[in-house]
Amino acid sequence: MRHILSILVENEAGALSRISGLFSARGYNIESLTVAPTEDPTMSRMTIVTVGSDDVIEQITKQLNKLVEVVKVVDLTEGNHIERELMLVKVRAAGKDRDEMKRLADIFRGRILDVTDKSYTIELTGTGSKLDAFIQAMEPGVILETVRTGASGIGRGERILRV
Amino acid sequence: MQLTGAEILIRCLQEEGVEYVFGYPGGAVLNIYDELFKQERVKHVLVRHEQGAVHAADGYSRSSQKIGVALVTSGPGVTNAVTGIATAYMDSIPMVVITGQVPTAAIGQDAFQECDTVGITRPCVKHNFLVKDVKDLAVTIKKAFYLAGTGRPGPVVVDVPKDVTQATAEFAYPKTVSLRSYNPVTKGHAGQIKKAVQLLLEAKRPMIYTGGGVILNNASSQLTRLVRLLGYPCTNTLMGLGGFPATDPQFTGMLGMHGTYESNMAMQNCDVLFAVGARFDDRVIGDPAHFYRADRRIIHIDIDPSSISKRVKVDVPIVGYVGDVLEEMAKHIESSPQRPDAAALKAWWAQIKDWQRKDCLRYDRKSNLIKPQYVVEKLYEITGGDAFVTSDVGQHQMWVAQYYKFDKPRRWINSGGLGTMGFGLPAAMGVQLVNPHATVACVTGEASIQMCIQELSTCKQYHLPIKIVNLNNRYMGMVRQWQEFFYGNRYAESYMDALPDFVKLAEAYGHVGLKIERPGDVEGALREALAQKERLVFLDFITDQTENVFPMVPGGRGLTEMILAEEL
Repeated sequence: MRHILSILVENEAGALSRISGLFSARGYNIESLTVAPTEDPTMSRMTIVTVGSDDVIEQITKQLNKLVEVVKVVDLTEGNHIERELMLVKVRAAGKDRDEMKRLADIFRGRILDVTDKSYTIELTGTGSKLDAFIQAMEPGVILETVRTGASGIGRGERILRV
Repeated sequence: MQLTGAEILIRCLQEEGVEYVFGYPGGAVLNIYDELFKQERVKHVLVRHEQGAVHAADGYSRSSQKIGVALVTSGPGVTNAVTGIATAYMDSIPMVVITGQVPTAAIGQDAFQECDTVGITRPCVKHNFLVKDVKDLAVTIKKAFYLAGTGRPGPVVVDVPKDVTQATAEFAYPKTVSLRSYNPVTKGHAGQIKKAVQLLLEAKRPMIYTGGGVILNNASSQLTRLVRLLGYPCTNTLMGLGGFPATDPQFTGMLGMHGTYESNMAMQNCDVLFAVGARFDDRVIGDPAHFYRADRRIIHIDIDPSSISKRVKVDVPIVGYVGDVLEEMAKHIESSPQRPDAAALKAWWAQIKDWQRKDCLRYDRKSNLIKPQYVVEKLYEITGGDAFVTSDVGQHQMWVAQYYKFDKPRRWINSGGLGTMGFGLPAAMGVQLVNPHATVACVTGEASIQMCIQELSTCKQYHLPIKIVNLNNRYMGMVRQWQEFFYGNRYAESYMDALPDFVKLAEAYGHVGLKIERPGDVEGALREALAQKERLVFLDFITDQTENVFPMVPGGRGLTEMILAEEL
């Protein structure tokens, strides 16, 4: 099962490697990992997407909590939550494909950020599966480059993660 | 008052009441050594290899409840120390290791004797720090001692660049320290404790299984009281020996890969298993799938939530210090009108007695060769069971665990988790320093002892009258045993050839050496060695080469799939 873990950590040098090291040392999966400081600059928030059985996820959560720099861990997938990922994709857009590419970007509510006479750079946000769907909708060979941030997540409604 | 980083460091150690620092000097720690030299409160013990420094600090800690301290230089000083740090980490030993580092400006420049200490030690420490500003030094040391000794204990590394030891700052040692991200649960949940007591009192076939957590939390008196109150059988893990008196009739011996037949059978067949400060590791329960029983309920107390339901699903988890929880449980049992089911308990004990009749620890007592078990038994008798015994890793370690009956905690000092050969002698140095009048024996083998043999020199310098009991079978015995059982007697590289003359070697280091070749001479030699109160005596016992450790649960097999001596 896919889980999204939100982690508040002390914003200290080495905290990231402690966490990524834990995953590799114990053989846990990381599908994606994002991290940036929060509104409180002494703290960072990390979102890790991982896959594992309930027992494995329980161990991951406990092991993360054991790290001295980890302040809090929440499994967002235990309740209602919002998940978003940002993708920048550079596509071939020349001649008759140009209009079609613009239409496709519109359908996926993408924004074109940069234009040359041969290409568009499109910004897309959404769940990981929406971004996957956009990539699949492309004709083979159209995509020149993609970059994805990995998922960020937050609880819905009154579900709040803070100290 | 403005002090240099080096002065601050030493002042911090004094404030923490540190008696001994085990270490080895080098370029990056010269300022610290200079400050050590100028004062007398913190004594330094100069080892001969950094691994020895960390093991000595470890032995010091294990035998005394205090936090061990080691001091090593950057680069190779650190890499040599890593085995010791990992050893302490696997057994949750509280320790602070101070490591020198190249000056901050040189970090990352591939400087002479530079290594990424924080990176290298990260997976084998409870926590580590790199101090980049002298203003942070005192509070970091305070945090290091706090983290090492609280919650589930463990080693903490503090990496101090050379320029930080030179720079100056105002010194004030914080009285307390708190970290918002570190708040170990210490008190057991009252509801869970109630549930556990209820389950225990309803048990028909109960078993109490305790580990190193009882020793680390100084909870053996609470454990002993509870076990006697209930009248249930009790087993200890390798790390838990001495947590419950081995001579008590309720003790069924160690469990696990080389545990007693009765302990392993009772673990498997009980209906309520009460695990206290133990972690169901692979050498203890064997294959978890085989260990699983649908009709068995498990209660587990541990300070570390991640130890609970890691390998074995637990029905009643209790997170907290085991001593407090056991005391709470004893109170509940005493005030409860309910008593254990006497008839069921009687039948269960009859079953256990039946298993005990296998006499799984018997060995050939009529041999013309020295049986290693016999040496350990004699050591036990002559020391009245009251010695501190350290060991290395292998057959000799298991024989001590099986035949030396530890009645007290912190007397049995061995590397259980990491299984570090070379641990025994340096650990014994730490034990002897903190227990200067006690008998300290290092039971070892001719392979293990050579891994840190250089510490014989340290023993001479500090007049440490350790008794080294070398069970010399000219093999890496445990490797040979596995090769005999599972590799068709192909003894690949497990034979110890070109051994030194240990008697002469001991003498060369300024100690006394004795070689013992006949069973009849064992007792006399041990008595003679123990009578030499001021000297280190190296006893080289030439033992039966083919002796094996029984019972044995082969790796990956079920706990009751034991090989017993008679079956070979």
